[in-house]
Amino acid sequence: MIQRLLGLPIVASEHGPQLDFYTALVHLLMLALFLGWGAYFVFALHRFSAKRHPRADYYGTKSKFGKQSEIVVGIIEVLFLVGFAFPAWAIRVNAFPPESEATVVRVIGEQFAWNVHYPGADGKFGRTDIKLVDANNPLGLDRRDPDAKDDITTINQLSLPIDKPVIVHLSSKDVIHSFGLPYFRVKQDAIPGMTIPVWFKPTMLTPEGESWEIACSQLCGLGHYRMRGFITIMTPDKFAGWLKEQAAAQ
Amino acid sequence: MQPIPIIGAYLSAANAPGGVMLPEFYNQLGAMHGTIMVFMGVVPLAVGGFGNFVMPLQIGAPDMAFPRINMASYWAYFVGGVVMLASFFLPGGAANSGWTSYVPLAVTATVGQTWWLLGMVLLITSSLLGSLNFIVTIFQLRAPGLTFMRLPIFVWLQLVTAYLLLLAFPPLEAAAVLQLMDRVAGTSFFLPSGLVVSGQILGNSGGGNPLLWQHLFWFLAHPEVYVLILPAMGIVAEVLANNIRKPLWGYKPVVYSAIFLGFMSFVVWAHHMFLTGMGTTMSAFFQTTTMIISIPSVVILTSLFLSLWGASIRFTTPMLFALAFLPMFGIGGLTGLPLGLAPTDIHLHDTYYVIGHFHYVVAPGTLFALFAGIYYWFPKATGRYMNELLGKIHFWGSFVCINIVFFPMFIQGLAGMNRRLYDGGIQYAHAQTAAKWNMPMGHAAFALWAFQLFFIFNFFWSIKKGRRSPSNAWDATTLEWAAAPSPPPHGNFPEPPVVYREAYEYSVPGHPRDFTPQNEPETKRDK
Ligand code: HEM
Ligand SMILES: [Cu+2]
Ligand SMILES: [Cu+2]
Repeated sequence: MIQRLLGLPIVASEHGPQLDFYTALVHLLMLALFLGWGAYFVFALHRFSAKRHPRADYYGTKSKFGKQSEIVVGIIEVLFLVGFAFPAWAIRVNAFPPESEATVVRVIGEQFAWNVHYPGADGKFGRTDIKLVDANNPLGLDRRDPDAKDDITTINQLSLPIDKPVIVHLSSKDVIHSFGLPYFRVKQDAIPGMTIPVWFKPTMLTPEGESWEIACSQLCGLGHYRMRGFITIMTPDKFAGWLKEQAAAQ
Repeated sequence: MQPIPIIGAYLSAANAPGGVMLPEFYNQLGAMHGTIMVFMGVVPLAVGGFGNFVMPLQIGAPDMAFPRINMASYWAYFVGGVVMLASFFLPGGAANSGWTSYVPLAVTATVGQTWWLLGMVLLITSSLLGSLNFIVTIFQLRAPGLTFMRLPIFVWLQLVTAYLLLLAFPPLEAAAVLQLMDRVAGTSFFLPSGLVVSGQILGNSGGGNPLLWQHLFWFLAHPEVYVLILPAMGIVAEVLANNIRKPLWGYKPVVYSAIFLGFMSFVVWAHHMFLTGMGTTMSAFFQTTTMIISIPSVVILTSLFLSLWGASIRFTTPMLFALAFLPMFGIGGLTGLPLGLAPTDIHLHDTYYVIGHFHYVVAPGTLFALFAGIYYWFPKATGRYMNELLGKIHFWGSFVCINIVFFPMFIQGLAGMNRRLYDGGIQYAHAQTAAKWNMPMGHAAFALWAFQLFFIFNFFWSIKKGRRSPSNAWDATTLEWAAAPSPPPHGNFPEPPVVYREAYEYSVPGHPRDFTPQNEPETKRDK
């Protein structure tokens, strides 16, 4: 309903509906304020035009309405902050689930592609080194490192199992990109020199034949508009199968 | 990709072969549109233009305090502007990293970025010199009797603006020099170690941080948006007061709000950076300051709205633009709410929602206020009115078109359509429906442009042929109308004016006329 009214895209994550709900509430408040003041404005323009009201009243309105409406807006803002924004940021954004209970991946942006790095069966990411970067090894993964033996890398394809939290460690090789997942209400800048984690929990399977997208959301050069990756949510079984396929192809 | 209609044929092959624009060129246009509009358009017009012309007249001063500093400010602006515009002709064209020039992108960009930085240093210097002059003039050169609480709102808002320019621009000037060093001298103020750009290891020393640039940039650029809006509010207040024929409601709250707004504008900058990996406490701080700063804006807007009660409204062309400012700025302000709350900002950040939000503030907001100001003070500068019929066509045409351009941006943003996309996001599945708005928006933008022809024609025609106006063209109370001839001679006033009363004494009970100028001596009736 809310989604439809505001024209929001599909929502496929656990926290998405909550954010959407508040987006809708905020818009409702905005609409009420706009319509209220708008009605007053139209009435005043009509009632107090020079034609209908040739001599202005020096003192104007004496009502306390202005002050009262300002106080109401202030109170509503405080409610939004305390009731929603602070806890949502603390819980939904910054309270990470333990890595042992999550799918953990690294996503490294570069002009103009998303490199995805899975740790493989050992759950450990292999060492990377910028000196090893070349066309076939965009991450510079050191395959001699024992932790790297079973690592899986893909380009522009992030596959994930449903109903299990995901932790993405984000970074970039060159300029700032932004890892935007419109269907998951997730967006986080990928900044070179920093690794920033972001988490969410997918709750919907990607329908067969559909492709959900990773949309780069920070201007990163002439190819920014085509820095489009894909995200696919699968059943755990299918995900395990997919990982095996990828491991074979490394 | 299709060729651009009409204009495409005139673009060079390097930018748009066969009339089809290249992404490189699109990014230049985006970055330069923002830069030109903000630093070479609105600030010079609202502060340099209106401020320099109207402010001394309103305070009864013969001129600005330091005419030579004014000249220096003008020339720094002029050279800065030439540097910016000339950069389009460099190899690789003009700057293409957005008006925000985020690093490392800007450091690895083509040579246009170097010119952008040099241009910015000059433009900032110009604003700094100008702001000093404004502050000194307002403090030193007010006419006898013109106390601070008798100042027209426009002067107050110019004063607050001047302080913002004075305090916010130096950090960006320094930051621009640092980025220049990163580009040309191999330093790494903003570059971390281990960058690999297009498969090549970047040979810089590293150890810097890209977020430092963002902090320095937004520490300027947030106060900057108040620099874009405060003078506009000042113009609206003047035009409104004159055309409602009664005092503005809540003069003091407006003044105090503006001062408070000025202070607060220095502590909200990181709300542009919620998605750079911010912790809970930091985000809570900046969300709180952002909500706090909305209150004085609400107070100002409420006061202007309530001023209408009991008025006798004259619907002149300047008044139409000033009235339209109110709901348009209202939309701009309201849509700031979901962007200022970090969790709802996640989905909307860097989408067209943001573009819609700030354009409602600066286009049908500030731009309309500037039009109001031009129509209003034109008779002061030329001794002639602009044509009302052409003015009304200009107003209604612009009002309708500008809303068709900007309102759909909210729909697109909510659908998740990103900004700064060369192809308008057409590849993305989630943008398919919302992208359909691009066509009507594009047509409306052309129509909007066409309606400006009425203004341009009106402006030049009226200089020569407009109806002659008396020196007090609008039966106004403030000094520029009540005490100075139109156009004002050198030294502005034939004899130095003396002020006896507040700024907006319209329809004072017991007075025969519905306006009592600030320089009209007190009579028994006043007591
Ligand atoms: C009324 C005419 C205007 C139209 C039709 C217009 C249109 C646009 C559009 C479509 C964009 C988005 C470009 C993109 O995302 O790729 C944009 C960006 C921008 N506009 Fe405007 N604009 C107008 C007036 C203004 C004014 C008056 C200002 C400032 C005072 C302004 C400042 C900006 C800025 C700062 C950006 C961001 C540039 C960037 O991405 O770095 N615009 N404008
Ligand atoms: Cu990118
Ligand atoms: Cu990008």
